[in-house]
Amino acid sequence: MTGQAMPLPVAERAAVLDAIAANGRLQGSLLPVLHAIQERLAWVPPRTVPLIATELNLSRAEVHGVLGFYHYFRQSPPGRRVIYLCRAEACQAVGAVQLEAHAKQRLGVEFHGTSADGRYTLEPVYCLGNCACGPSLMIGRELHARVTPARFDALLGEGNGEGEA
Amino acid sequence: MALGAGRVAKALAAAASRGLGNGEDDALRIVRTGSRGAFWLEPLLEVETPAGRIAYGPVQPEDVPGLLAAGLLKGGAHRLRLGPVESIPYIRNQERLTCGRLGVVDPGSLDDYRRHHGYRGLEAALQMPPASACELVKESGLRGRGGAAFPTGIKWRTVHDAVAPQKYVVCNADEGDSGTFSDRLLMEGDPFCLIEGMTIAALAVGATRGTIYLRCEYPHAQAALATALAAAYENGLLGTDVRGSGRAFDLELRLGAGAYICGEETSLLESLEGRRGQVRFKPPLPALSGLFGAPTLVNNVVTFATVPAILERGARWYREYGLGRSRGSLPIQLAGNIARGGLVEKAFGVTLRELLYDYGGGSRSGRPIRAVQVGGPLGAYWPESKFDTPVDYEAFAQAGGMLGHGGIVAFDDSVDLAAQARYAMEFCAIESCGKCTPCRIGSTRGVEVIDRLRAGERPAMQEALLRDLCNTMTHGSLCALGGLTPLPVLSALDHFPGDFASMAPVAAARS
Repeated sequence: MTGQAMPLPVAERAAVLDAIAANGRLQGSLLPVLHAIQERLAWVPPRTVPLIATELNLSRAEVHGVLGFYHYFRQSPPGRRVIYLCRAEACQAVGAVQLEAHAKQRLGVEFHGTSADGRYTLEPVYCLGNCACGPSLMIGRELHARVTPARFDALLGEGNGEGEA
Repeated sequence: MALGAGRVAKALAAAASRGLGNGEDDALRIVRTGSRGAFWLEPLLEVETPAGRIAYGPVQPEDVPGLLAAGLLKGGAHRLRLGPVESIPYIRNQERLTCGRLGVVDPGSLDDYRRHHGYRGLEAALQMPPASACELVKESGLRGRGGAAFPTGIKWRTVHDAVAPQKYVVCNADEGDSGTFSDRLLMEGDPFCLIEGMTIAALAVGATRGTIYLRCEYPHAQAALATALAAAYENGLLGTDVRGSGRAFDLELRLGAGAYICGEETSLLESLEGRRGQVRFKPPLPALSGLFGAPTLVNNVVTFATVPAILERGARWYREYGLGRSRGSLPIQLAGNIARGGLVEKAFGVTLRELLYDYGGGSRSGRPIRAVQVGGPLGAYWPESKFDTPVDYEAFAQAGGMLGHGGIVAFDDSVDLAAQARYAMEFCAIESCGKCTPCRIGSTRGVEVIDRLRAGERPAMQEALLRDLCNTMTHGSLCALGGLTPLPVLSALDHFPGDFASMAPVAAARS
């Protein structure tokens, strides 16, 4: 065991305990619990792993392993909005590669990065199921179709960085 | 929805609240349906008139005042008027055995579902012994629509015959293949159909618990399913006493977390058990030892959603459609660089060429279609010489491809197939679960070899190495991810060798 860890921030501790209170009795509850934590905090802080493990009677290694396996779970805080940009073949066929280059340049980030102003995090996604109307992207839970570089800029200008993630 | 249907509905509701103009006081009720799947006409607006539903599209919010002025609510003339929906050839010529309610019903309304044949399949199932329902599904010739095309009735029978205190049914709704969206459209536009299909399956195989494993990239499907599940519970169609039968079936919705591999059934089960989505060795088959070690029926969304109609109309009705051993119909998805993309449900036997040109209208860019990839990221890249292949599992396999979940991605002549082959290896490296070496390591080495090949570094040697590597991945991988990644890679290399030469003319011509 490592030495005495820093106590968890109150909000994170509450998020974990609430997520477990709501989902902990499900069979195979770890994914629902992690989803609930991320929905509340927008990420799953690695320092919450010991508490999750203790509460669910799992080892830290099991929780850490699951957290790291799934692309959707974040171990670092995102910007105010997450942009999920589709990289898959159907979108490639209609300009996703160019859109990706534009988005990275415009936001000044690589994939998984957050823009310097903290507004946007850019994530790749492998298919949004909108393959007849690409290139596609999702901002938060809003799906957008036929996104050209100009449309991308317009979406950023439509206040998509202002609301909740 | 991604094309702005929400904004059109808002504009229409706003206009209605101001009075509809023209002094008309017609009652207006806006119903947000799912998609018909004719995306190039969307946002598509349909008006209920005495002469049937009249379609208008694609409608933008700024078109709404003009449409209302033109007598939209009575089906009046307008440049966006498409006529009766069912007369649009793209829709009229389909064989919608599974997707017939898409775009027609209100997905949130159980009453509407019932008005359109909903729950008649379950009624029929309750009139027969469970084994007969399995037999009926087997007789219909239905095969797994997730892509593996295993005979559904045989799988049902295996779970039915297994003796265990607890059995499960699991819906694989982790539709991760690029170019596919039929599961999404079904869940968003006709969620009760999936619930009914799973209920029939549970009663047939003797399972009392079920799970829909939905990918988290589909928030709208999640919302539609949650609404439908609540309505089904409220109306006694799920729970301890399904439809007064005295039999229990509990169905829950679980979310994936962005791992492509969880579309593989054994890693999906691992994920449902709360673990990393790593594939399991088979045997044992999930049908005998699946979720928490119990006999588990795992089927795809389209497979389950096809069952109610088969139960209602009979095995023979379904089996009469199709070609060879591929019976019934397949909801085919036209995607990528295609002018009229969307969902086209046809009986097996329709050719790729008919789909790409008669339905799809050629490329969206107007340039020649140079290649298609059918069956998702693990499907083969085909040149035009293969476009006369009929949609049929065996015909596709024989031609060196894979039909999979029925997604067709079109590429015009600006495509660089060497870049696509490299992407196939890269995708495999990103999404590999890491359990077996050929997939985990081979995919990364594959990217490197293709890079050297494209750079013209001793190309003959690199090609031999790539083929050898693909051979190892094909035969040495645990599941289809590592096992089939060579299919797009080698088909690109075999059919489009020029793209792999350094300074290839096509690559150089790319703008």
